[in-house]
Amino acid sequence: MNMAFNITVDERDVALLGAIQDGLPFSERPFKDIGKALEMSEEEVIVRIERMQSNNIIARFGLVLQHRPLGYRANAMVVWDVPDDKVDKAAKSITAHDFVTLCYCRARRAPVWQYNLYCMIHGRERDVVEKQIAILNNDGLAAFPSKTLFSRRRFKQTGARFSKPPEIERRCT
Amino acid sequence: MSNPVTLDDLDRKIINALQGGFPIVDKPFNEVASWFDIDTKEVITRIKALLENGVLSRFGPLYNSERMGGAVTLAALNVPQERYEEVTRLVNAHTEVAHNYARTHPLNMWFVIATETPEQIAEVISQIESETGLQVYDCPKQREYFIGLRLEA
Repeated sequence: MNMAFNITVDERDVALLGAIQDGLPFSERPFKDIGKALEMSEEEVIVRIERMQSNNIIARFGLVLQHRPLGYRANAMVVWDVPDDKVDKAAKSITAHDFVTLCYCRARRAPVWQYNLYCMIHGRERDVVEKQIAILNNDGLAAFPSKTLFSRRRFKQTGARFSKPPEIERRCT
Repeated sequence: MSNPVTLDDLDRKIINALQGGFPIVDKPFNEVASWFDIDTKEVITRIKALLENGVLSRFGPLYNSERMGGAVTLAALNVPQERYEEVTRLVNAHTEVAHNYARTHPLNMWFVIATETPEQIAEVISQIESETGLQVYDCPKQREYFIGLRLEA
């Protein structure tokens, strides 16, 4: 979603984001321990993290899985070329299915790339993923030109990182 | 490329529960332990082991850089097969490239670029173009309908 505004984070937020980017200490009171180096109380750390979660600055706090050690080898990016005025409706029918992990509308790059609606399906078995794609197409998308791009190899999956604290960097898609 | 790792039921339960979020409370590992009626040490040992064996790439926050003025895009290249390794090295050498997948299409390399400002996206793209001699197809996001990337362990 393109945001028309940016949420303000103050210097203490940025310092905190830098301190937790590689994860929490495995201690009984990790937020207290993080706070020590930043001269923040445990309560301040918790309040700031909660606020940044509710502002969606921290999209999610928890585990980030590598797909492949868990056997998720069939990672499909499915794309459709949907007229702009029909794309919201098409996206709605895609996201109604719980096997879909991501769904976006992106800019086309005609003539090389005509597709604008994307969804990701992460599966363990390719034939299962192919059936799931067929379900999507039967559910109103078959009329639109489509391609499925399975991933062959993964070269990099670093996830969200700060380039060097305290600068703010990225988000994992 | 790692092989599938054997997980027991408790590993799976911990992973599935924590993918949705981590308790932001003073004793979070105790709280997680209480969900499964195990002790805190067990939770910590399990999470550490999952990080070590590569099931988890991270245990921590995912930032939404767009909310702070940053930018993210998905870009693609049509890389000649004989240059694939070389181009992979050139692309991944950019710290702004967050992940990179080979995919089954003439546009056979797809990667995410994330930068601290929107202007830097164009800079990274033009650097990659001049280093590789290939045209980068930039497909910026126009609308986001769903991000639920959670996998059953």
